[in-house]
Amino acid sequence: MKWEVVIGLEVHVQLNTVSKIFSGASTAFGAEPNTQASLVELALPGVLPVMNKAVVDKSIRLGLALDATINQKNIFARKNYFYPDLPKGYQISQMELPIIEHGKLAILVGEEEKIIRVTRAHMEEDAGKSLHEDFHGLSGIDLNRAGTPLLEVVSEPDMRSPEEAVAYAKALHTLVTWLGICDGNMQEGSFRVDANVSVRPFGQAEFGTRREIKNLNSFRFLEQAIKYEIQWQIDTIEDGGKIQQATVLFDPDSGETRMMRSKEDAHDYRYFPDPDLLPVRISSEQIDTIRAAMPELPGQMKARFAEAFGVSAYDAALLTSSLAQAQYFEAVASATGQGKLAANWVNGEIAARLNREGLDIAGCPIAAERLAGLIVRIADGTLSNKLAKQVFDALWESDLGADAIIQRDGLKQVSDVGAIEKMVEEAIAANPKAVEEFRAGKEKALNALAGQVMKASKGKANPAQVQDILKQKLTQA
Amino acid sequence: MINATLKQLSQQLTAGQVSAVELATAYLDRIDALNPALNVFITVDREKTLAEALAADARRAAGQAGLLTGVPIAHKDIFCQQGWKTSCGSKMLDNFISPYNAHVIEQCQAAGLVTLGRANMDEFAMGSSNENSFYGAVKNPWDVHAIPGGSSGGSAAAVAARLAPVATATDTGGSIRQPASHCGVTGIKPTYGVVSRFGMVAYASSLDQGGVMAQTAEDCALMLNVMAGFDERDSTSLERTREDYTRDLAQPLAGLRVGLPREYFADGLAGDVGRIIDNAVAELKKLGAEVVEVSLPNTQLSIPAYYVIAPAEASANLSRFDGVRYGHRADEYKDLVEMYEKSRAEGFGSEVKRRIMVGTYVLSHGYYDAYYIKAQKIRRLIANDFAAAFAGCDVILGPVAPTAAFNLGEKSGDPVQMYLSDIYTLSVNLAGLPAMSVPAGFADNGRPVGLQIIGNYFGEAKMLNVAHQFQQVTDWHSKAPAL
Repeated sequence: MKWEVVIGLEVHVQLNTVSKIFSGASTAFGAEPNTQASLVELALPGVLPVMNKAVVDKSIRLGLALDATINQKNIFARKNYFYPDLPKGYQISQMELPIIEHGKLAILVGEEEKIIRVTRAHMEEDAGKSLHEDFHGLSGIDLNRAGTPLLEVVSEPDMRSPEEAVAYAKALHTLVTWLGICDGNMQEGSFRVDANVSVRPFGQAEFGTRREIKNLNSFRFLEQAIKYEIQWQIDTIEDGGKIQQATVLFDPDSGETRMMRSKEDAHDYRYFPDPDLLPVRISSEQIDTIRAAMPELPGQMKARFAEAFGVSAYDAALLTSSLAQAQYFEAVASATGQGKLAANWVNGEIAARLNREGLDIAGCPIAAERLAGLIVRIADGTLSNKLAKQVFDALWESDLGADAIIQRDGLKQVSDVGAIEKMVEEAIAANPKAVEEFRAGKEKALNALAGQVMKASKGKANPAQVQDILKQKLTQA
Repeated sequence: MINATLKQLSQQLTAGQVSAVELATAYLDRIDALNPALNVFITVDREKTLAEALAADARRAAGQAGLLTGVPIAHKDIFCQQGWKTSCGSKMLDNFISPYNAHVIEQCQAAGLVTLGRANMDEFAMGSSNENSFYGAVKNPWDVHAIPGGSSGGSAAAVAARLAPVATATDTGGSIRQPASHCGVTGIKPTYGVVSRFGMVAYASSLDQGGVMAQTAEDCALMLNVMAGFDERDSTSLERTREDYTRDLAQPLAGLRVGLPREYFADGLAGDVGRIIDNAVAELKKLGAEVVEVSLPNTQLSIPAYYVIAPAEASANLSRFDGVRYGHRADEYKDLVEMYEKSRAEGFGSEVKRRIMVGTYVLSHGYYDAYYIKAQKIRRLIANDFAAAFAGCDVILGPVAPTAAFNLGEKSGDPVQMYLSDIYTLSVNLAGLPAMSVPAGFADNGRPVGLQIIGNYFGEAKMLNVAHQFQQVTDWHSKAPAL
């Protein structure tokens, strides 16, 4: 039987506010345990939550970017359950009337664009952390993270493969970092993904029973977990079993998912409106003000890059994978007028080198204007591709500009016809055998001769010219 | 001195006739003598009190005193006070020393009031008789066999027994008015949002409101000037211009329209209480008030609505008492769930457990609409009733409770009977209105009875005016029990 995969994602986006959602305590990561837990996070008797308005503003930014409905009346609800790292015994979240509803986000599936619908996104507070290591038979509680603002972004079950799920997660990750509302640090838990996965026979209208994989904190784990889960579900059904609705955890070491709790153990969270918080009303003016200050979005920029610089849709998508990347590219492309060349270098050499050295574009030692200097010299024929790579390496290592490096290392490409002709003639004279083979129709022999010329020029001869002149000389004689 | 009002104490302090230390010492001595019998205070700390009194005297000497600097006060054990055990009448918090001050405490300290001690109360403010305190019931100073009322029974008894000239209190369903009535003192519960709830241990957040009890309406007005005010740490605190609640005290009552809700004088009201209220209304008529009949048709529904909403909120509010970070934790447990279960089973008393279970039930999947949502709709109807009534009158008068204080133990086995005695007070909290209890006489059994005055939103000054004028022509408020 052929199976169709159905995936929906719930992403917890940690909003990068300075203080917590309901108190003035700092949200900075990595402090000594419980040093960033105020009276409110400790849930002392008598303390009360006070809404951090920055959370609303940042949420609205995402809502606008997702082309979603922004609910102008927001109600906070208490979600009740007991856990040691949930100090109040309830989480303040939103149930009815979440701030964002009916959004959409485009992803690229191969070369095709696909729209994933965003059901809703609601504001809530994060819990603390339970630490089970180092406490010999006890658990430690760190409430530093408690009260950190989250936006939980819930998609429709619109994804049909692990690749689509990853593409959606990446697109959302790009968007929230682009908007400057989340630092995107997945290792520190700033962007955590829950995946709802089910399978159904192709052509069946109803969804299969889903299992939810909790807390995936890298795109790689997301992909691995979903792939494993799909296979597990298919195997289970094909072996005559039935899928039970459940929450599962992914173990990166074994690469497997395992059951955390079944539907029968599901909590009754007993949501009700939090009487400590008044409804948050958002005015149309507030939305308009935020809309006016919105940056150009990845989708818009992608289209503009294709249009203005003639780069392919695929390249444009890569270039807009982060705002810093896009701005870097645009600076190079605008300075040189060489969109395609700039795209090739940014997506090629720069990306590969950054990846190898574990850097991101913000940490790139070659500033945009220095790369532009290199590209100008490629475009005007001063540098061959080979020489360009040498200059690139030098740019990476030093603070000099491309021209200074060319000067210093004598890397200027030789395009002087007379000089090349002289070297070509010497190569022909020195390699009669290759000449003979070429004339006998062995095209490859030409490359050997060209190689000799390049070698003689110490790689500086313009390769295209060398080819032309060689052919010319060999056919003339 | 022990019978002096706040105003008189303020004058004596200002005149230098008495020092804060002398005053505090006098009250502490009286507490030492009488508290063992009355069980009014959970915590008394002479050293801390005298240190505050000394500081108050220093302020007076430095010319930085306010009107009430040096005046002693009792705080209900529900307001978090730094360095003091804040037990809320519960075993759960018997070991909890608050590391911070409630807004109300901050305001009192800024005014220079001197803490005499922490007043007993029903556990987590749940109760009408004070029998739900982990520390045992407060005895009514008028009759030690009678309940003092609840939940602010300690505050009311402290003022009645002259163990404090004034006491803070809170009112979620009548917890200021009913004990004030039963103990013969004056108490005011302001409009919801006037006094910050920051630092007040939450019972039912949408109903809880801090207030005060003293001998006279004038004293209550002076205290409200101290306690009221916007606090950004409480989102339900109202941002309003500061009021002087004493401003209308002297206004004559000529032309005042007094509404009498017919539902408050129907079956269930004891004859002696009814006569006392009638007499009080007659006094006000003599002062020029005109009486109109009004109707609050949904009064009966206030009991079921309150006993859904308050437990629902309480069930979540009390979840933080889990034995993890502070408060009672069971000695032995085999796992996390058992730690929760045993800690909470041991730490909470039976009424608190009952309300947590009721609240959990009404919020459960499948019952939420039938109970919680329905109760919220009734709440709206009750508020509408008051709005309609206030279209035709300035204040509403009635009894506080159907009877004078009943005996300790009389109803403790029957929670429903106990709940029914809240009939005249609950609807005020559901609507968020201000209300008072003013001493108005004594029942056939010799126990005090209060007159309830209900004001429109922010009508505190008007209520206080009515109460003060009433107290100018009556002396019920100045009667003290023989102790």
